[in-house]
Amino acid sequence: MDAAGTAMSQATTDRSPSSQPQGAPRRPRHWMRLDSPVCWSLVGTVALIVLSFWSLDLQLGRVLSVESLGRMGKFLGELMSPNLEPVFLSKLLQASLDTLAMSAVGTLLAAIFGLLLAVPASRSYAGDPARWRFLTRLVLNALRAIPELVWAALLLISAGLGPFAGTLALGLHTTGVLGRLFAESIENAPQHAASALRVQGIGEGRVFLYATLPTVSPQLMSYSLYRWENNIRAAAVLGVVGGGGLGQMLSFHMGLFQMQETSSILAAMILLVILVDTLSYFARRLLSR
Amino acid sequence: MTTGPVSIAVIKDPALRDPAWTRRVFWFVVGCVLLWPALVSTEFRPWVFFETENLKVTTRFLAEFFPPALNPEFLELVAREAWRTVAIATAGTFLALVLAIPLTLLSTTVLSVSSLSGRMHALPFVIRQLIRWLLILLRSVPELIWALVFVRVVGLGPAAGVLAIALTYAGMLGKVYGEILESGEREPATALLRNGAGRMQTFFFSILPCNAKELTSYTIYRWECAIRASTVLGFVGAGGLGQQMDNSMRMFNGSEVATMLIVFILLVGLADLLSTWMRRALQ
Repeated sequence: MDAAGTAMSQATTDRSPSSQPQGAPRRPRHWMRLDSPVCWSLVGTVALIVLSFWSLDLQLGRVLSVESLGRMGKFLGELMSPNLEPVFLSKLLQASLDTLAMSAVGTLLAAIFGLLLAVPASRSYAGDPARWRFLTRLVLNALRAIPELVWAALLLISAGLGPFAGTLALGLHTTGVLGRLFAESIENAPQHAASALRVQGIGEGRVFLYATLPTVSPQLMSYSLYRWENNIRAAAVLGVVGGGGLGQMLSFHMGLFQMQETSSILAAMILLVILVDTLSYFARRLLSR
Repeated sequence: MTTGPVSIAVIKDPALRDPAWTRRVFWFVVGCVLLWPALVSTEFRPWVFFETENLKVTTRFLAEFFPPALNPEFLELVAREAWRTVAIATAGTFLALVLAIPLTLLSTTVLSVSSLSGRMHALPFVIRQLIRWLLILLRSVPELIWALVFVRVVGLGPAAGVLAIALTYAGMLGKVYGEILESGEREPATALLRNGAGRMQTFFFSILPCNAKELTSYTIYRWECAIRASTVLGFVGAGGLGQQMDNSMRMFNGSEVATMLIVFILLVGLADLLSTWMRRALQ
């Protein structure tokens, strides 16, 4: 980060001296002055980095030692011979499909509950009292602040091991994310149709269903699809704490030091992620054309 | 009332019938058919929550959330682990930066001398493409998986977390830095290169000043993400708040979990504020 910090300083130094008359005593440059926020950010950043390395006592020398690198090499070597038996591959395919299903159901739940929470969380017109806005936003923020994996670990206690806990965990975190995004887009939606209905004396519920929702629904759709893409990636690893899918398989086989299986599962994960990335890249290009 | 509710009787009027009705029903049915196998394979059974056995465990666990554990020794432990989480994120982001900068310099097309006169030569093109693939590979493996691998290789502890964040984030930073450089102004760089400036000179005197704000802003944003990630990495044994949370959850200690969740939310909120403030200061 401090390299980027110096980068930042480069940008400001280039600009400041030009305005000064020749021969005048050189004032300290802008970013170096003690009252400049950039200076303090820079000092703070460097201090944070130094303190981090000092307090963690990483012993990177030991980590990067010949012995440790040898172990790494051996580990990678073992990963080079994946298990390709048809029986195992079909299990792997099933786990990948589970992962996909988890992400799809989780995102769908999140879209539904996100929309339900987004309505009270948004001030839909200028004079809207929006009594529940603060409270629902608080709930959405709390849902969003806790990562999927922590939700999954919490849910394991009440839902047990398996994909259901993982799905709900994805759903809870994504509800927070989508609810917030949905509320923003409802608040920023063009008001023409809604106010046309509103001046006719139509109730808020129907104004939302017949004017606001159709106006914002393409945006809501694209947010949901974007989160789905993220959730496929998240679902793949969620299982590591016991939430089903590819992750659970990985932690099982890795725990037993079955390197061939581990290697196939890792390959499947990477393939899944790359597949999703490529599909969404082409989908976006197709849509923006 | 001319604008009253549309009653069922009125819908018989063909002019008021929903023209998209059949389409809506069709897509609804298709959606349900697709959803069914997904619900089966995710073992979607919400009623497990209400089985007496589960309900008892859950209520006991949740009842312990209040009051959160506040005894001084525990708070000290949480403070230490929270700092470690921040430290892992910071060290990881810093190492990622150290890795990402040379990779970006090697892979960006802005610094290509041969492409100044028509097409890029074959060898530089292949090298750039290889580095791009390396970046894709680095970021395709989620940080949690890197952490699992490193825990195996270097043992439990913060080193695994730092290395995991460093590798994944190097891939992300490298890719986004490349995009920022290539979407920014290219003319100053081209002008310098055409006049015989070296690549490093071009970088420091035209590309970096042009894009510094955007690059810094993205790096700070990534640091914020790294704090979230480093908590999660603790769950596989990479140290920090996550590892403590995992321990307390295994012991069903609700009050400790509650304290740590609160600390975690505050920590993420603080990082969010700091990052927003720093990025705004850059504008």
